Amino acid sequence: MTRASKILTFQAAVLATSACMMATVATVTRAATPPTAAVSIDNFTFKNPVVTVKPGTVVTWTNGDDIPHTVVAKDGSFKSKVLDTGDRFSFTFAKPGQFGYFCSIHPHMTGMIIVKA
Amino acid sequence: MAWAGSGALFALDGGIASSIGLESAIAAPLRRTAVQPFTFVQLSDSHIGFNKPPNADARATFAEAIAKVKALPVQPDFVIHTGDVSQLSRDDEFDDADQMLKSLGLPVFFIPGEHDMLDPDGGKAFLNRFGKGSKGAGWYSFDHRGVHFVALVNVADLKPGGMGNLGPEQLKWLAADLAGRPSSTPIVVFAHIPLWTVYADWGWGTDDSAEALKLLARFGSVTVLNGHIHQITQKVEGRIAFHTARSTAFPQPAPGTAPSPGPLKVPPEQLHSMLGITDAMFVRGRDRIALIDSTLSA
Repeated sequence: MTRASKILTFQAAVLATSACMMATVATVTRAATPPTAAVSIDNFTFKNPVVTVKPGTVVTWTNGDDIPHTVVAKDGSFKSKVLDTGDRFSFTFAKPGQFGYFCSIHPHMTGMIIVKA
Repeated sequence: MAWAGSGALFALDGGIASSIGLESAIAAPLRRTAVQPFTFVQLSDSHIGFNKPPNADARATFAEAIAKVKALPVQPDFVIHTGDVSQLSRDDEFDDADQMLKSLGLPVFFIPGEHDMLDPDGGKAFLNRFGKGSKGAGWYSFDHRGVHFVALVNVADLKPGGMGNLGPEQLKWLAADLAGRPSSTPIVVFAHIPLWTVYADWGWGTDDSAEALKLLARFGSVTVLNGHIHQITQKVEGRIAFHTARSTAFPQPAPGTAPSPGPLKVPPEQLHSMLGITDAMFVRGRDRIALIDSTLSA
C-alpha cells in the first residue's frame, strides 16, 4: 500500500465512523434539533450566495475574512451585529419566502435565503 | 511596491492639489512666494485595533505616521483624517486615535469610514467624538485662507448591491453649500470611499458621486481626496483632480489583482514602504495643489 492510499483508507474509515456517529445522534435528537444550513463569508463574498432551506431552518453565517462583515436582511427582518474574524450569526427562518440580504459595510456583497416547504 | 503608507502632504497652489511623498517634502521645503502658502496633511485608514497580518499593531504604525508629520520642516495648518480611524468602532480604538492625534497640537478634521460606523447606533460613537458641529451622518464644510473645504460622508445607509452612497439629503446640502460661491474659489473635497469608480467589482466607488461632481464642475480648481483603497491612485477629469491616499495600517491589492480586497499580506520588511501619509501644499497664484505622498519607511 502506498502512503497516499493508506491515508485515503484511514480518512475513509474516519468518515464512515463519523457518519455512523452522526446518524446515531440524529436518531436520538431528531425531534429537538431544527435543520441547519451554513453560509461562510470568504474573500468578500457569501460563499453560497443562494441557499434553499425548509421552514424552521437555522442558518449560520461565519466570517472567515480578516475584515469585519455584517449580515443584514434587505427587508430588515434580520440584522447581525458586526462579525469580526471567526464570529458567527444565526437566524431561524420560520416562514416560506425569499430573503435577500447584504453586508451593510460592503454592500456589493449580497446573498439570498429561499425558504420552501 | 509602495501603497500602504503614512499620509499625504498637500500644497494648495492656487487651485488643484498636487502631491509628493513626505520624504521629498522634508528634503525640499516649500518655496516662499509673495503669498504665504499653507499646507495640510491627509492621514487615512489608520484602522486602530487592527492586529492581523501583515500588521500586528496598527497603533504603532499610526504613531510612526504622526511622528512623520511632526518631523515636517513646515508644520501643516491642520490635518484631515479620511476615515477608517478604527477597525471596529470600539471606544478604546477611537480614544487611542484621538490621544495620538492630539499629540500633534493641530486641528484635525475627520470624516467616517465604514469601519467607524460599526457601533450599535450606526456611527454615533464616531460622531459624538469626532463629528461635533457636523450635519446628517457627519458632513460639513469650512474655509481656510480662501480655500473652501467640503467633508462628505459616503459610508452611511449603504444600499444592497451598491457602492459608496452620498444620499439625496447630503447632495441637497452640498448644492446649498456651494451656491453663491465664486467659481474661482479653490475647492477641496474629502470623503472616505473614492468619489469616482476605481473598481466597481470591489465596491470601490460611490453610486451617486456624479451628482456631486456636477455641482463642482463650474469651479476652476477642485481637488478630491479619498482613502478606503489603501493605495495611491490619481486621475484628472476636467478641472477636478482625484487622489487616494495610502493607509497607515495595511496595504490592499491593486484592483483586480487578487480574489478580493482586504489586507495584503506582505513580508514585514516590505510593510513600511506600503504605508504612508500625504502632505498638501497650497501656493497662491499657481493652479494646482502639490500633493506629496510619502511612506513610513526610512
